[in-house]
Amino acid sequence: MERETGAREGLKGWLNPGKIGKFGIERLAWLLMRLTGLGLLAYFIGHIYETSHILDGKAVWDKSLEMTQTTEGHLFLALVIGMCVFHTGNGIRLMIAQMGYGIGKTERPDYPYKPQSINMKGKACIYATLGMAALAMWYGMAVMFS
Amino acid sequence: MATIHPKLSEELSQTTVSPTQSVKLKIKRSNPNVNSDEKFDDFVVPIEKWTTVLDALLDVKSHLDHSVGIRYSCRQASCGSCGMKINGKPGLACFTKISELNSDTITVEPMDNYPVVRDLAVNFDRMINNHKKVMPYVIREDSEIDAESGVREFLQSPENVEKYIQFSSCIKCGLCNSACPTMAMDKTFVGPQALAQAYRYIADDRDKGKNKRLKVIDESHGIWRCHFAGSCSQVCPKGVDPAMGIQLLRGYLLGIRD
Repeated sequence: MERETGAREGLKGWLNPGKIGKFGIERLAWLLMRLTGLGLLAYFIGHIYETSHILDGKAVWDKSLEMTQTTEGHLFLALVIGMCVFHTGNGIRLMIAQMGYGIGKTERPDYPYKPQSINMKGKACIYATLGMAALAMWYGMAVMFS
Repeated sequence: MATIHPKLSEELSQTTVSPTQSVKLKIKRSNPNVNSDEKFDDFVVPIEKWTTVLDALLDVKSHLDHSVGIRYSCRQASCGSCGMKINGKPGLACFTKISELNSDTITVEPMDNYPVVRDLAVNFDRMINNHKKVMPYVIREDSEIDAESGVREFLQSPENVEKYIQFSSCIKCGLCNSACPTMAMDKTFVGPQALAQAYRYIADDRDKGKNKRLKVIDESHGIWRCHFAGSCSQVCPKGVDPAMGIQLLRGYLLGIRD
């Protein structure tokens, strides 16, 4: 009987930075897409909880808002901005790919078999999305810390 | 007594023989049938420019430790038997030259996301079951055997062949499933190998089983679990590009493709 445990890598398969080195920027985009998705879901739940304080009166509402008016709060919100921009930009890239655009054309493969779906167009989109996320975070921090 | 022509003798003396190098081969050993222990055994093996990882493993088996468990057959990247993790990345041992790895130490491990049988051999049951699930054959009501005229052919245009020919190169080596990060977490995900084969038959205009196959893959652990990491395509030794096939397959489900 083969060992079933260990048959899957589990979280190691996700989070191992060595995998990004071996499989390239697409693997990083895949990981960030998942992490930002989970991060935004957590933020969404937290946001609903925070805004629900409005029902407890102005004093409680103002106090809950103060949490985001600290240096840590600003850094957290900058991270949320970055997650939003990356998740949106990369999501659009994925939707375009799922519609069959930008992934090359099917053809008889020739050695050394370079996969057409992993191409410069896709890589450029990922770098651009990362750049936009960084820019949005920088702008957000400039506004919040000014 | 035969004499060597002076010129030939001169040429022979100038022929340089490449010095034999050696590498350290670290082989992951385990036997789940006996216990859960895992360890790496190190072997120093001589290599030449053309030595493949499989050559080195067979060298170990022949001269150093015949108990090393590996699966192999054709030695020419046709049978898909010798898939393993080579320096952390899935690859065919027979298709990976040691000289191209640029490393003095070669680590070989069984492929991820498969149960280990022993040492470097893994169990392909899950992959084969998923492959069968997508019905990897041409489905038609009629037959190529014609009662009146005997055997006939289902004709196909060369343009249509181009739509799926690369996906028919799959040798079921399982490297794509091993590299896939979704396979790492989801034990019921159908996997890039089966999805690419589903596309291969749906894109074939002789086939009439599109709806049956789409029904199989359009479920919670089916095609929608793929998030286009592209790792499957990067490790495919035959240029199948499963990631492309999966994206094209989605076109049928999204109504973009007929």
